[in-house]
Amino acid sequence: MARSVPLPEATGPLLDIKGLRIDGRSEDRWHEIVKGIDLTLRRGEVLGLIGESGAGKSTIGLAAMGYARPGCRISAGVVLFNGTDILKASEAERRRLWGSRIAYVAQSAAASFNPAHKLLDQCVEASIGHQIAAEEDAKRNAVDLFRRLRLPEPEQFGFRYPHQVSGGQLQRAMTAMAMSCRPDLIIFDEPTTALDVTTQIEVLAAIKDIVRQFNTAAIYISHDLAVVAQMADRVMVLRYGELVEEAPTRAMLSAPQKAYTKSLWAVRSLRKEEETGDEILLDVRGVDASYGTLKVLHDINVKVPRGRTVAVVGESGSGKSTLARVITGLLPPRAGTIRFDGKPLPPRLKDRDKSLLRRIQMIYQMPDTALNPRRRIRDILGRPLKNHLGLSGAAREKRTLELLRMIELDERFLDRLPNELSGGQKQRICIARALAIDPELIICDEVTSALDQLVAEEILKLLLRLQKELNVSYLYITHDLATVKAIADEIVVMYQGRVVESGAKSQVLAPPHHEYTELLLSSVPEMDPDWLDGILKKRENASLSA
Amino acid sequence: MSINADEFEMLAREGVTTPTVEPSDVVTQPLPMRRGSVDAAWRALKAAPLTAWFGLFVIAFYAALAIFAPLIAPHAQSAVVGNQYEPWSAEFPFGTDQLGRDMLSRLIYGARNTIGIAVMTTLLSFCIGGVLGLLASIIGGWTDQLLGRAVDILMAIPQLIFALMLLSIVGSSIPNLILIIAVLDSTRVFRLTRAVAMNVVVLDFVEAARLQGEKLGWIMAREILPNILPPLVAEFGLRFCFVFLTISALSFLGLGIQPPTADWGSMVRENATLIAYGDVTPLLPAGCIALLTVGVNFVVDWFLHKTSGLKE
Repeated sequence: MARSVPLPEATGPLLDIKGLRIDGRSEDRWHEIVKGIDLTLRRGEVLGLIGESGAGKSTIGLAAMGYARPGCRISAGVVLFNGTDILKASEAERRRLWGSRIAYVAQSAAASFNPAHKLLDQCVEASIGHQIAAEEDAKRNAVDLFRRLRLPEPEQFGFRYPHQVSGGQLQRAMTAMAMSCRPDLIIFDEPTTALDVTTQIEVLAAIKDIVRQFNTAAIYISHDLAVVAQMADRVMVLRYGELVEEAPTRAMLSAPQKAYTKSLWAVRSLRKEEETGDEILLDVRGVDASYGTLKVLHDINVKVPRGRTVAVVGESGSGKSTLARVITGLLPPRAGTIRFDGKPLPPRLKDRDKSLLRRIQMIYQMPDTALNPRRRIRDILGRPLKNHLGLSGAAREKRTLELLRMIELDERFLDRLPNELSGGQKQRICIARALAIDPELIICDEVTSALDQLVAEEILKLLLRLQKELNVSYLYITHDLATVKAIADEIVVMYQGRVVESGAKSQVLAPPHHEYTELLLSSVPEMDPDWLDGILKKRENASLSA
Repeated sequence: MSINADEFEMLAREGVTTPTVEPSDVVTQPLPMRRGSVDAAWRALKAAPLTAWFGLFVIAFYAALAIFAPLIAPHAQSAVVGNQYEPWSAEFPFGTDQLGRDMLSRLIYGARNTIGIAVMTTLLSFCIGGVLGLLASIIGGWTDQLLGRAVDILMAIPQLIFALMLLSIVGSSIPNLILIIAVLDSTRVFRLTRAVAMNVVVLDFVEAARLQGEKLGWIMAREILPNILPPLVAEFGLRFCFVFLTISALSFLGLGIQPPTADWGSMVRENATLIAYGDVTPLLPAGCIALLTVGVNFVVDWFLHKTSGLKE
């Protein structure tokens, strides 16, 4: 964010962290998770912290407030806020700072609001509690903030309960709550990660605006480089609790120095050459589906060619996952037919015979819940081999090892339990379990969205390689367009339970677009610090001319 | 152990929390065996608190008494060996009862009868309640409703009175006793199993198993049961005590284990007259019951603490 106004009272840095070390406790031992971080933040400056999960970003963010999560301890370093060390300050002094001078916006607003109180009451709580403003003034201020954050009906908005507003609105309400005392510093901890792209852009614009208006300093934590590029003046790249690289945003984007930073940049460039397929493996025709009386799918038509990938794209609630449930037989459709390899597919799971079940497999979004925590990898992979292929003893052992090699793991993993594996390794095991019995169609339900970018890229590469080797088809459900570009041959865009556009990848991604596809495409953040401003201006002009 | 997932993953990547097998191990042992569960159990025992050790010792002592009763007891359980109510002496360490039978021998045989029946009953009630609870949670719908309401009806009648009524209808024999108490107790097991299994049934790995064509029995036994075992084992310990007390109560009321079979509950009643004379002998069987209950609960507490600690 370039600023034209000179910074007021720019005597010393607002926040100055020196030699910060933080330990985390696991298995009854302390391990260093932040290894000597120096960080300075001037008044009114926005600093972006980037790194994959486990880099220690959030831990540093919280330490900037003088807070360590349960199970963590700050073992060394000073955190000077306005010149005083808040690590040495008493609990009461720190409490006075929190909420009034330093505020925090968490990733999940839904989990951070009390569901039993109205939004307005929660937004004014801090300023009344810190005796900064009288209740009347605080409420007027909150409504003003709602207006500046472009929330609908700002006068009425505060009288709703958290569950009555959308996720994006709640995230903006939390920003309003953080802003209510006009703090000097706000820490945003992945505030848009849980939102889909079309909502994310609104929240980003609102946060960027309000931080600029009040000249607030901010630490913006994210794993998404393109998002940080929009928000931050300066970027710090972290890995394993250490600083990799630090530079002003533009310099960092145009010329990253370290190999790790470059690899972060490269993730989004994965592209698959589009191929067409003639043999239709799965043919979904005119399918309607409903949960009870609520109709969620309307007249869905999808064709999946053999050995190709069809990506189903849409925001949350568009019916993507319901479509997967219909195809797998967990939710019989109300109308329409599904044909698999030329033959009609029985609508109910229990009417499908074992050989048919073998041919359609599924991989889930959360590898943590998709693997039984009490079973070893050997059993998880060995069971389908026995059940479907009748393998036992040495033959099963051999095939299990083959599977592990196929997903680039080895025999050391055989006797581990799922919780001894990282997220990416777990997802690999899920892929191996699906592959174990030679399926022809694999439904991938957001398989990379719970993983950070580098790991996600590896998983996508693995999926592509396996497709080439085994000629398996994927029905790939996602809300992330970068993933779509990386893996799809054909694209189906869904919106509110309907297919709004479908066809070959090049055709769908090239203009002219359907209105909704256009919105989706233009909402994906790009690695350009001016992207957000540009897109907002464009939309504004469009709405003015309309 | 409450650091968040991010940090945990980082630690895992650094190989801090994941036990890594050295490549050399793999070469010498191409198909690595599972880590010995005996070894793991021994390590857990070493870390156990004193109360748990006490509980384990009590249980082991009672088990030894029950198994080797004929070898340990100086007399047979129903043999009249002396006069009525003889005082404690070298010949009869705890005196004799109202018919002149050796109190010590009856206490030892009582362990065998009372504990044996309680174990059988608890096992049976867990088989019934556990299987039905798992079925209700997995199948859901009408099966769940039907089983749930049937259990509600059974639970609507106070357990002891219900057991008394049924026993006086069908007659008091040991198989009847076991069956009736097991069925009545399985209602509690059913509710617990169903409640904890419900949380597991909705997880993706159960769905994945279904999509791979796994049968109901396999899903119950392999996917769900291992994940709900800790609360069930804890409940087993508690239920065992309750069954134990129910049997003793029924025996005390005369509808439990029938004479001349030695049983702690009925032994209290038979010798109750002595209490009026300030003799502690009738309280010995009651003490046996109390000690076992305390011991079992110590072990259960330890187990609960251990499993809940792991989840943190």
